[in-house]
Amino acid sequence: MGVLVFTIFALAACGGALAVVLSQNVVRMAFWLIISLSSVAGLFFLLNADFVGATQLLIYVGGTVVLLIFGVMLTAQGPYTNLKTNPGEMVLALAVGGAVFAMLVAAFTGVDWDANSDQIERKFGSASTQVAGYNQQDEGSSVRRMGAALSGIRTESLRDGRNLKRPGYLLPFEIVSVHLLVVLVGASYLARAKRRVAPSQSSPAA
Amino acid sequence: MTPSPADISFIQSAATWLVESLRTGLSASCTLPFVGDVYVVPTLGGVLVALGVLLRLTQWIWSRLSPGSPSNRAWRQPWGPMLLVILGVGCLAVFYGLRPASPASNEDLILLAVVSIHIGMLAAFFGLPAFAFIWAERKISGRIQDRLGPTHCGGRFGWLQSLADGIKLIQKEDLAPAAADRMLFRLAPYLVVIASFASFLILPFSDGWVAVALDCGLFIGMAVLSLEVLGVVLAGYSSGSKWSLFGGMRETAQMVSYEVPLGITAVIPVLICGTMNLNEIAHMQSGWFTNWLIFHSPFTFVAFFVFFTVTLASNKRAPFDLAEAESELVGGFHTEYSGMRWSFFFLAEYASMYFVSAIGSLLFLGGWWTGIAPLDSALHSMLEGYPGRVLGMLVLLSKAGLLVCVQIWIRWTLPRLRIDQVMTTCLKYLVPISCFLFIGSVIWPLFWLSVAGRPTMLPGQSIGNRVQVLSVDPTQVPVHSDHGHGDHHDHLDHRHPHGPSSHEAPGHTGQAPAVNPVQEVTLRGGR
Repeated sequence: MGVLVFTIFALAACGGALAVVLSQNVVRMAFWLIISLSSVAGLFFLLNADFVGATQLLIYVGGTVVLLIFGVMLTAQGPYTNLKTNPGEMVLALAVGGAVFAMLVAAFTGVDWDANSDQIERKFGSASTQVAGYNQQDEGSSVRRMGAALSGIRTESLRDGRNLKRPGYLLPFEIVSVHLLVVLVGASYLARAKRRVAPSQSSPAA
Repeated sequence: MTPSPADISFIQSAATWLVESLRTGLSASCTLPFVGDVYVVPTLGGVLVALGVLLRLTQWIWSRLSPGSPSNRAWRQPWGPMLLVILGVGCLAVFYGLRPASPASNEDLILLAVVSIHIGMLAAFFGLPAFAFIWAERKISGRIQDRLGPTHCGGRFGWLQSLADGIKLIQKEDLAPAAADRMLFRLAPYLVVIASFASFLILPFSDGWVAVALDCGLFIGMAVLSLEVLGVVLAGYSSGSKWSLFGGMRETAQMVSYEVPLGITAVIPVLICGTMNLNEIAHMQSGWFTNWLIFHSPFTFVAFFVFFTVTLASNKRAPFDLAEAESELVGGFHTEYSGMRWSFFFLAEYASMYFVSAIGSLLFLGGWWTGIAPLDSALHSMLEGYPGRVLGMLVLLSKAGLLVCVQIWIRWTLPRLRIDQVMTTCLKYLVPISCFLFIGSVIWPLFWLSVAGRPTMLPGQSIGNRVQVLSVDPTQVPVHSDHGHGDHHDHLDHRHPHGPSSHEAPGHTGQAPAVNPVQEVTLRGGR
């Protein structure tokens, strides 16, 4: 039964992605992007990865697409900006996209999925039996485990009583956050500088 | 056709379930499956069919009542309801085609009923606050302006005014301007309503009465609520009107920047409680009202007001309602809308007003607890806690309702800000203030720990201490696996060593959790 819901979400994600490529209007593209990205979030929820799904919604749908629309609204010359691609670009894009697609297909078919799932099952035990309609044991409980893993405590190793001491991901996290801070400061600096230059340029012209 | 034994046993078990759920509270016996569950499909089907039939019926009645009306034209097109019915029947057919023919299917059907009831209840909680607060807005604004507001509709006090509004709006013709991007123009209101409705999925209405009890409930709520802006922007852009475009742009700028202080102030209770699960955060605040997080430290006290201000802005309420500034932008993003599509925006606005107020009271104002420890304790030890849960729901509804009334009060009292003032308020004042409050509430317990030897200013055990006791002695952890939470009154006394919530052990103290957290996180609501 999960397959059915998966199919719906997967079709919506792929259809949305196709519509993004095929539509000419930038804001309609953004709309289809919303559909596609939200369906991916739905797929995450389907996998009980609630935190990742919520992050997908917050960052991609709520953040990136809003910024995209905002950018279009600020920069568009006329209403309903259309993108017109010339045939050369089309051919180039087809070549690159086709190559990536071929690589993905090759990677997908190159993996022995059955053997992999056997391995995973041997390592972590089989997936918990599903009781349809009730909250499963694992459902909606990924946050705390993720937080613990970030600071170096692995719950799956706790279960077997193995060694708990792991480095965790605090250092990469800090590096990323400092990077983000630098980007923010830089962005605000750029925005300020432009505004200060503008009056001095316009005043001699006037 | 005589009923088969399977049917009879189904009816029996359904009746048992109904009695059981009435006794223990609906969601306490089971929680709504998330999108991962297949029962969303038949439920959706049923809802769609019902909607389609209802719409078609309304159309038919309306076309009989006023054959010559110009707005009648809009009602002669049966395509919308037909599509709904076809989609719904399709969903049902798919579900029943794939249904396993096993004895377990009885349970499936019961679950179907449960899910339908849940969705119906959620829809009621989505619609009724909007219904009530639209009336309250008219009434309160009238009183503030020395008028009476609605007086006649529904007998006294004009209490059915919202229904009258709704009927008026349904009758209106559904217009789209010639310059509009039709597809986006028609879809934008749905985005807003869906985002607002979906956020109610994670909102606990009382102890355990929640559709989806997720560990990252607050996070999902914020994420989903932030999608509302997309609908507004698309509405503004696709209307083909400059007023709408300006409204949409202002709304985006405002929402994108106000999300920062909103996130930071919402993280402060998360920081204190060590969880993003709204049920657990509310449980942390059981006992006397001094346990409410607003009284936890001076920083959280200020943080509540910052949070409230920010929610005003994120709901585009006055004084931050730049997106729909009547004096300059006609109606802002909804200038070109009419009829039901217009009312969708307002339905969503009032529903999310209620949602953020409920979140605010869950995070800072003690959630569903009355703040009087003996009362809560008595009610939660009585009849498996059912009276306590009912009272809790009333308490939460009234807390959130009070906050909504304050929002209305502010709207009719304060003048609207300019857009640059709005942005200055956010970026220059609210963001630094909320960062300061965040750091302050991190330092506060450490400061008192070094000065007074305990992490709080007031005597009494702090949340952190309770959690520590839990993680040291895991045998004392009560596992909520049963329906009735008879041991609840234990948790209400805040000096009792048992934490109100049994799941904080790993994250909070940094020690190795002694028990497998996976086993523990069946929040009340597991079977």
